[in-house]
Amino acid sequence: MKLQPLYDAVVEGDTPSTKKLTELALAEGVSPNDLLKDTLVPAMDEVGRLFETNEYFVPELLIAARAMKGAMEYIRPLLSVSGGGIAGKVVIGTVRGDLHDIGKNLVAAMLEGGGFEVYDLGVDVSPERFIAAAKENNAQIVAMSALLTTTMPGMRNVIKAMEQDGIRSQVKVMIGGAPVTKQFATDIGADGFSDNASSAVRLARSLVAI
Amino acid sequence: MQNSLATAQTSEHLAISSTDDFIYGHAPHPVQCGRGVVIGGGTVIPEINFTLPPMEISSETWTEVREQYSEMIQGITERAVKMEVPALLVEFETLPPMTVQPEWGAEITRLLADKLDEQFQKYGLRTALRLTPNDSRDHERPPIMRSGRYWDGMVQLFHTAAESGADLLAIESTGGKEISDEALMMGDLRTVIFALGILAPRDMAFLWREIVKACHAGGITPSGDTACGFANTAMTMAEQNMLPRTFAAVVRVASVPRGLVAYEMGAIGPSKDCAYEGPYIKAITGVPISMEGRSAACAHLSGIGNIAQAVCDCWSNESVQNVRLLSASAPIVSMEQLAYDCRLLNAASSHSLEGARMMRDWLAESDSARDPQAYILRPDVVIRISSEIMKEKTPYLRTRRAALSAIQEIKNAHNQEELHLPKREERWLDRLSQEADTLPDSEDEFIEQMLEILKDKPFLPSEYELAT
Repeated sequence: MKLQPLYDAVVEGDTPSTKKLTELALAEGVSPNDLLKDTLVPAMDEVGRLFETNEYFVPELLIAARAMKGAMEYIRPLLSVSGGGIAGKVVIGTVRGDLHDIGKNLVAAMLEGGGFEVYDLGVDVSPERFIAAAKENNAQIVAMSALLTTTMPGMRNVIKAMEQDGIRSQVKVMIGGAPVTKQFATDIGADGFSDNASSAVRLARSLVAI
Repeated sequence: MQNSLATAQTSEHLAISSTDDFIYGHAPHPVQCGRGVVIGGGTVIPEINFTLPPMEISSETWTEVREQYSEMIQGITERAVKMEVPALLVEFETLPPMTVQPEWGAEITRLLADKLDEQFQKYGLRTALRLTPNDSRDHERPPIMRSGRYWDGMVQLFHTAAESGADLLAIESTGGKEISDEALMMGDLRTVIFALGILAPRDMAFLWREIVKACHAGGITPSGDTACGFANTAMTMAEQNMLPRTFAAVVRVASVPRGLVAYEMGAIGPSKDCAYEGPYIKAITGVPISMEGRSAACAHLSGIGNIAQAVCDCWSNESVQNVRLLSASAPIVSMEQLAYDCRLLNAASSHSLEGARMMRDWLAESDSARDPQAYILRPDVVIRISSEIMKEKTPYLRTRRAALSAIQEIKNAHNQEELHLPKREERWLDRLSQEADTLPDSEDEFIEQMLEILKDKPFLPSEYELAT
């Protein structure tokens, strides 16, 4: 089956067509893993490229991510049966005391579009909630955001709490937010830092070694 | 269902209807406050804001927090004296823990006010202190707007502002932000109009009644609000190529009717520095405005750094962290930059009003063709769109009219080559135009449509007096 129309539908953010073509492809026997790996994820990679080259704005990127999510409604149940295909599981939130969520929401949407299962804890998230959610969902990554200089130190607290709890060695930590720097990420012992939503997906993939 | 909002009405006649009278430093209704400060009376004065370096705020770090603020205000006022500023507006914008625990916010207010008193006694430095409690209702989703511990903390800070030494009270109110955030990311103008034209005005009418009451009881000035959580979010995202600049420009103008509600409820200015919609507020109401632009690059980047200054009455740095630079700490550096900016404006206007008009026009011209967000701040454009907005009587209809007028002005400017728009922006201009054309005449009809669309979103219609 030719899958270019499905690829194009995702790139153009056409959710109804994406859903229809995904359903059709599965009915015709295309493996869900192949569909994800060879068509849907490359389509989202192209969307990310268009965004990074300033051809797409965020709304276009999110509309594409929404189309991807539509496809995943059909694919995910099959993947869970076959036990593969999901890029990884990410618990994401804005740290305690910080109410800003636009950047975090954007990263969450892009990660979903990139094939990750995302558990969004919202804003003002305590270290305990990050840890509990990571354990409960068997997450490979904890992603944290902060927009205030006074809440950035909260990221260090989460990492410390993860170390004390004993889960730090099993979970990668990535951070971002306007005042956050690569140096800060290194200083607090995070595994990665990203300053935009597209590169956050690449970072997440590298952290789970896809 | 009857959901339409009625608030006190501003006049349909603009306070400033000619560009001849639309000049920086001059407002039809100047504000006197603090220690001999006059805003909008012919002189532009600096407004400085500052914040902590990366550190936690807790009872364990509180001594250090106090030391940081003491160091900042000492350095700022010393530099202001050396720079011979005509007057200085100091803004203290609380950080979230300082509103959730309002006694902390009050304590820092007192610390700052005491230093300003001391420097007035010692050097005659004219100052006023503006307290801006952060709107902590935004802490939870869906937000509870009219009760609960976050609201109570804010109200307590409003009512202790005067006794803590504040001279003016302001806020960056967030009513409707819970809906607007996602809509901005999706480029969804219709939902943004619902947030700005339906939700925010209802919240502001409620909130500003309380602020004005507290100010009158304490004998201080209810100053102003800002669409920071809406239009500045769009602006900063546009600056990062995340949103179209055209969309951000339309959102900016659509935020004007929301902003008017504060003044209809009793605010008298100056508007908040980050309210880039300020020129519209000044043209319509005549209150003085605070603005920020190129000298706020320490806080955020923008494409409107010069034009933002064109009709300001206070000139601000938005905010700066207390970090060490080569010359001095960053707040002291900001103080010097603002002092020089104001000195230049005031020197131009000291010769004649014609000098001020020429300076204003240079500031406007240097930015206006490069970015639709700048274009819609051009003084003549502000007056034209303001006239259109005030032909309507309700916040919703004004918001709709604001969006339609902004789109039309941008289209005209682009067609007449007064504004350069890249192809991908042109695509969005068409899209926004089509979307705005579908906004209904009837506010009730619009509310009904949007409540259905937003029924699964994290907001409570009852917090905005909306019947479901």
